[in-house]
Amino acid sequence: MAKIVAGIACSHVPAIGAAMDKGTTDTPYWQPLFAGYEPARDWLAKLAPDVAIIVYNDHASALSLEIIPTFMIGVAGEFPIADEGFGPRPVPVVQGHPELAWHLAESLILDEFDMTIANEMPVDHGLTVPLSVTCGQPAAWPFPVIPICVNVVQYPPPTGARCFKLGQAISRAVASFDQDLRVVIYGTGGMSHQLQGERAGLINRRFDTEFLDGLTRDPIGLTKIPHTEYMREAGSEGVELVMWHVMRGALHERVSEVYRHYHVPASNTAAALMILDNEVTT
Amino acid sequence: MNSPKDYDDIPGTYVYDSRRGREGYALNMFCMSLNKSENRSLFKADPGAYLDRYKLSPEQRRAVLERDWLGMLKVGGNIYYTIKIAFCDGLTFQDVAGMMSGVPKETYVNMMLAGGRSIDGNRHKSRPPEAES
Repeated sequence: MAKIVAGIACSHVPAIGAAMDKGTTDTPYWQPLFAGYEPARDWLAKLAPDVAIIVYNDHASALSLEIIPTFMIGVAGEFPIADEGFGPRPVPVVQGHPELAWHLAESLILDEFDMTIANEMPVDHGLTVPLSVTCGQPAAWPFPVIPICVNVVQYPPPTGARCFKLGQAISRAVASFDQDLRVVIYGTGGMSHQLQGERAGLINRRFDTEFLDGLTRDPIGLTKIPHTEYMREAGSEGVELVMWHVMRGALHERVSEVYRHYHVPASNTAAALMILDNEVTT
Repeated sequence: MNSPKDYDDIPGTYVYDSRRGREGYALNMFCMSLNKSENRSLFKADPGAYLDRYKLSPEQRRAVLERDWLGMLKVGGNIYYTIKIAFCDGLTFQDVAGMMSGVPKETYVNMMLAGGRSIDGNRHKSRPPEAES
């Protein structure tokens, strides 16, 4: 039987990937952010999961406004790196896990989550930056990945509560897979940031801190935050935090926070990395 | 569908909802085409001719040609799409964010280094900053 062993929350700022790709992570601007990633990389390397489910959003890369799936799962054997408008990131192609991915797709749909199924999709910084943040710069990614893509570009994204329930359904689906796989699930995006308009650059440390605290103390309460509150308090792009609820919903009711890193700024964004251990209950 | 929304009260923010989605579709799909390097070359070589392929309104066309980043948002542009024009120009998200908020690049960078734009006083158009806690 497969099981989810950990949840990872990780911001996916493109400039973080660019700093790694250009080798500028030791500069005074970036060093404090990247120093905080090291313990998480060590922890994940020791955990050595068999597969990762990465919940992220596409940023006009695989998907345009032509077709806008609310929830989509990638079932391919591999996912090429997208050209987002400045050439593809120089990172390894992402290997998929078609067997588990198809099992998830079938299970989720029969569990009343109407997933869009993608046989071909390039993946953008939304997925590759969290991989870079948590795995560094290996010649090949250390585990296969199942991308789950959530619309947060065209308003409205799915609600936090719906995302949490999808996570619960993912947990049931993983538990019913007949191979002994240890799975990690990533929720990506956030934290507070606004990329657009005269209010660009908004950061709300207090909101972010309460959100991070709430992931262990009151995850259900967090799912009740309405979209307008995210956009007002955490910036228009802060609404990406709904994706963290998918990750949290896939974990046990009680989990232990094993690592937290929070840094401002990463370009326009408050960047966070949090690890939740799903095997130690407190 | 066009009734006021509670998020319309957030200052300096252009939520990409159905109203903007209907207005901005062609503009954003033009931006989407810039994911291909050959299209980036064509657009850079002759912006006007390239834009003729897309059914932009005169105001959308002006905003693109003049790189009026804020203006693009006001006529249906979505930042995840319009940023691709900026990438063509060699600009970053932070460059464009500074221009949209109307301050010099250095001022914007320093604001971010100091912890970002404060939420206090930036929650509501309809309430004076001192009414917020």
